[in-house]
Amino acid sequence: MTTTDPYAGERPKLSVFYPRAKELNIRDAWSVWNGYKFADYYYDAEYEYFCIRNLCATYDICPMQKYEIVGRDAETVLNRMVTRDLKKIGLNRVAYCVWCTDEGRMIDDGTIFKLANDRFMLTCGSPCTAWLRKSAYGFGDVTITDVTDSIAALSIQGPTSCATLKRMGLDGIENARPFDIMHFPYHGKSLMVSRTGFTGDLGYELWIKKDLGLQMWDALYAAGADYGIQPFGEAATNMARLEAAFIMPAMEFNEALRTVNLNHDQTPFELNLGWLVDFDKPHFSGRAALVEEKKRGPKYTLIKLDIEGNRPAEESYIYNDKRCKGEEVGYVTSAMWSPAVKANIAMAMVKTEHVKDDLWAEIYYSKELRQYSRIAKCTRKTKAFWAPDRAKATPPPDF
Amino acid sequence: MSHHDAIIIGAGHNGLTNAAYLAKAGLNVVVLEKNDYIGGAASSRELHDGWTYSNHSYVCSMMRQAIHRDLDLGRHGLILVPYLGTVNFGDGDERLFSYHDEEAEHLELKRHSPHDADAMHRFQADLTRYSQLIRKTLMRTPPEPTSFRPRNIMELLWLAKKFWALGEKEIYEYVRFFTMSAADYLEDYFENDLIKAAMASPGIIGTALGVYSPGSSYILLHHVMGDVDGSIGAWGLARGGMGAISKSIASAAQGFGATIQTNAAVQRVIVKNRKAAGVVLENGDEITARIVVSNLDAKRTFTRIMDRNDLPDGIYDKAKNFRIRGSSGKVNIALSGMPKFTGVPDNKYLNRGGQGFTGSLETMERAYDCWKRGRWSDDPFVESVIPSAWDPTVAPVGQHWMSNFVQYCPPKLASGPWSPEKRDAFGESVISKIERYSPGFRDLIVHMEVNTPHDMENKIGLTEGNIFQGELTIDQLFFNRPFPGYGQYRMPVKNLYMCGSSTHPGGGVSAVCGANAAREILMDLRLTNTVPEDDFYDE
Repeated sequence: MTTTDPYAGERPKLSVFYPRAKELNIRDAWSVWNGYKFADYYYDAEYEYFCIRNLCATYDICPMQKYEIVGRDAETVLNRMVTRDLKKIGLNRVAYCVWCTDEGRMIDDGTIFKLANDRFMLTCGSPCTAWLRKSAYGFGDVTITDVTDSIAALSIQGPTSCATLKRMGLDGIENARPFDIMHFPYHGKSLMVSRTGFTGDLGYELWIKKDLGLQMWDALYAAGADYGIQPFGEAATNMARLEAAFIMPAMEFNEALRTVNLNHDQTPFELNLGWLVDFDKPHFSGRAALVEEKKRGPKYTLIKLDIEGNRPAEESYIYNDKRCKGEEVGYVTSAMWSPAVKANIAMAMVKTEHVKDDLWAEIYYSKELRQYSRIAKCTRKTKAFWAPDRAKATPPPDF
Repeated sequence: MSHHDAIIIGAGHNGLTNAAYLAKAGLNVVVLEKNDYIGGAASSRELHDGWTYSNHSYVCSMMRQAIHRDLDLGRHGLILVPYLGTVNFGDGDERLFSYHDEEAEHLELKRHSPHDADAMHRFQADLTRYSQLIRKTLMRTPPEPTSFRPRNIMELLWLAKKFWALGEKEIYEYVRFFTMSAADYLEDYFENDLIKAAMASPGIIGTALGVYSPGSSYILLHHVMGDVDGSIGAWGLARGGMGAISKSIASAAQGFGATIQTNAAVQRVIVKNRKAAGVVLENGDEITARIVVSNLDAKRTFTRIMDRNDLPDGIYDKAKNFRIRGSSGKVNIALSGMPKFTGVPDNKYLNRGGQGFTGSLETMERAYDCWKRGRWSDDPFVESVIPSAWDPTVAPVGQHWMSNFVQYCPPKLASGPWSPEKRDAFGESVISKIERYSPGFRDLIVHMEVNTPHDMENKIGLTEGNIFQGELTIDQLFFNRPFPGYGQYRMPVKNLYMCGSSTHPGGGVSAVCGANAAREILMDLRLTNTVPEDDFYDE
C-alpha cells in the first residue's frame, strides 16, 4: 500500500547534501531558505564561526539561486541589468554585482561567472527569473535557465580550505587568485571551483552536477578531516559576513521589488557600493537615477562602527548627542560582539550629513527578565573589521 | 651604558603588557629578557621538528578582553579559540562528559546523579555571582585599607558598596568561600564523587594545596572567573600556542616604540640614594633608567636581584617567606596520531576538548600526600588538552600535541636533587596514568618535553616553579599581594615597581598585573593614563 503525504506540498525541499547534513546536524536546528530545509547551525554557531576563522567549514549553497544566461546577447543583457561593466571581466572570472530598478533602488546583489564569451552564470540570494526576463526583453539570442536545482554547490571557507582542496586532489588550486574560476575533471564530469565566498576569509565555492554532489561532499570531508572541516549554517555565516562588512538582504537593504514604502529601499551609494557603479559603460538599468544620486549625494550612508562596551547594539538608534535625547540620525542594521577582532562591531545606516559627527548608540538589552539600556560611544571604522592577509594571498598559506 | 625612561625586567606577558602601556604613554622603554625567546610562562617553542609546544601555560580564559581590544591584539596576530567538551575519567570505568550544549550537559549529569544535575544550576549561579564581584576588582588597584588618602578611602567605599549589595547571607557565604576547601564547598551541592572531583580540580591547579585544604575553594573561583567572549568560565586556546599571546603583546609594544632585548639577564638592580636607578646585566653592561619595573616574582625580585642592604627593614624576610611553592609539572607529548580513550565515544567535539584524569577526591588527596612527603604523585591528577585538534599550526597535519598539566610534583625531592633520570621517571608516571585510560598511547609518542617545577624555575625563572608567582591564598591576595602594605605595585624602594603575577590579581595569563602596574607608574610620573578601564561591568 502506498501512502501519500498530504503535506508534501508545503514541506521544505531537501538539498543534494541533506543526507550528509542531516547526520551532522546534531542539534536539529533547521530553518528554510528559498524553499530548502536549511541549517541555522549544526552543532554550535560560535564553534562553526571559529571553524571559519581557524580551520575550515562548509556552507550549503544549493538553495542559492543560480541562472545560466547563454547566447550571443548574454553579455549585453547582463550588462544592461547590472551597474558594473561586465566587459571588463575576464574569462573564468567572477564579478560581484548589484542591480537596480529604473529609480536606482537596489533589487539584489550577486555574483556573475563569465564561463565563456557567450555563457554566464548568475547567482543571487533571492529568485530573480522575472527581472532577468524583463532585462532580456527585446534581445534575440539569449536563453535564461534556472539551474538552481541541477547544480550541487558547496562553499568551503577558512584558513585550511586551500590545503583541504589540495589534499582532495585539485592540483594547482593554490594558483587561483581571488575571483578566479578553475575547472577540474571529476569522475568523467567537471568540477568547477571559484575562489569566492561570503566570509571575508580564504575560501572557495565548489560547483558540480547534482548527481555527483554527495560523492564530492564525501571526498571533501575525507580530505578535510585532519584540517578540522565542519559544516556551518546561517548563524555563523551572519557572524563572518558582518566582520567582513558584507551586506545582507533584509538586514542592510530591503530588496526594491519587495518594498512597499518607497523610502525603505536603498541605492548602491547608500550601501557604500559606489565602486560597483560604472557610468562609463553604455546604458544600464537605473543609470539616470544613479547619476542624479551621485551628484546629490546619498541620503543615508552605511558605516562601520566599533561600539564601546560588549553589548551588541542590535536594532539600536544612533544619535549625535551624548544623551540620546535629540532626533536620531541613523539606525543599526547589524551588530555583534566579534570574537576574532574582540570588538563590539556594527553596521549602521546614518544620514550622510551626520556621518562625521560624534555618534552614540542607545542599546537595549535584557538580563534575567529585566530590561536595561546603555548609551555607548561609537567609533567609525573605514576598513572591514576582519581582513586577513591570507584571504588575498596567492598562493595562500596552508593554514 | 644606555639610558631609558623605564626598564622592565622579564619579557613575560605581564612585562610586555606593562611595556606596551608605558610606551604608549610616550616613555622610552626597554624590556630585558634572560632567555633567547620571549613570553616567559606564556611561550611556545618548536622543540621537535614540526611540533610547537606551549611549554608551560596552555589554555587561556582570564586574558582581559579590555586589554586584548585596547592593544588591538587581533591585528598583531592573536586569535583566541574557545574549546568545547571535556572528558573526566574516574578511578574506574566512570566517565563524565562535559558537553557544550546545556541540555545535553544536564542529561549527562543526570546519568550520574539526578540530584547533581539539578544542583548544578544553583552551583553555576552562585559561582557566577561570586566571580562577578571579583571580576570587577581585577583591573582596579587594590585600596590600602590603613591609608587615609582620599583615593584609598574612595576605593574602599566602592568595594564596601559592592560587597554590601550582596546581602547579609551572601556576605557570610562569601567569607566562607574564601576560607574553605574546594571539597567542603562542593559537599553542599553535589553527591556524586566524580562530579565533585571534576568540579574540585580547578581548586588545586597550580597551588600546593589539596582538595581538602582550606583556601582551595578560592583557587577554584580564580579558575572559573575568566571568560571567552563573555561566556564566563569558558577556556580557549591561542592559535599558534600561548606564545602567540606574548608575541602579539610584544608586537603591540614595539609598535609603540618599546625595545625588547633578549639574552639580557639582569644581575642586580642599581639603587642610588635609596632610589632604583637602573640595572647591571650578567654580562656586566649597565643600563640606567628613571624607573625599574620587575616582572619577576616577589621572592626572586627581593632575594636575587636586589642587594639586601638596599631594602628597608623586614622586606627581605617578607620576600624570603613569601609563599611560592611549586606543585605542578608540565609534560608536552608529540603524538603520531590521535589517542583513543576507553569508554569515550568517537565524538569529535568531545574529543576536541580536554581530558581530566581526575579520579576521585580521594585520589587527588592521596596525590597531594606524595607532594607533602617530597615525592611526585604515584597516581597523579593530570589535566590534558590536545590543542592540535583545534590548531592546525602546532603539529604536522594528522599528528598531535598533547599538553599535560600534572599535579603534584615537588620542586625539591626528599630523595635528593632532581636529575635527568628522576625527571624521566616523573614523565613515565604521567605516561602510565594516561596509558591506563588509553591503551597503546605509549606507541604514539614521538617526542616529549618534561618540565618539573625545578625545570620551570631554571628555564623561566618562576621560583620553585609556582605558576602563579605566589600562592593565591587570602593572606597573599588583593591588598596583601605580594605583601601587606605593598599592594599598589609600588615597591619599598622608590622608583621600583612590580608588574608580574606576584601582584594583584595574581596568575592566570590575564595581562592585568602589567596593565595595572602601568597605570600606577603613569600616575606617579604625572603622565596621562593609557590603560583602559575594564568595560565589562554590565553583567
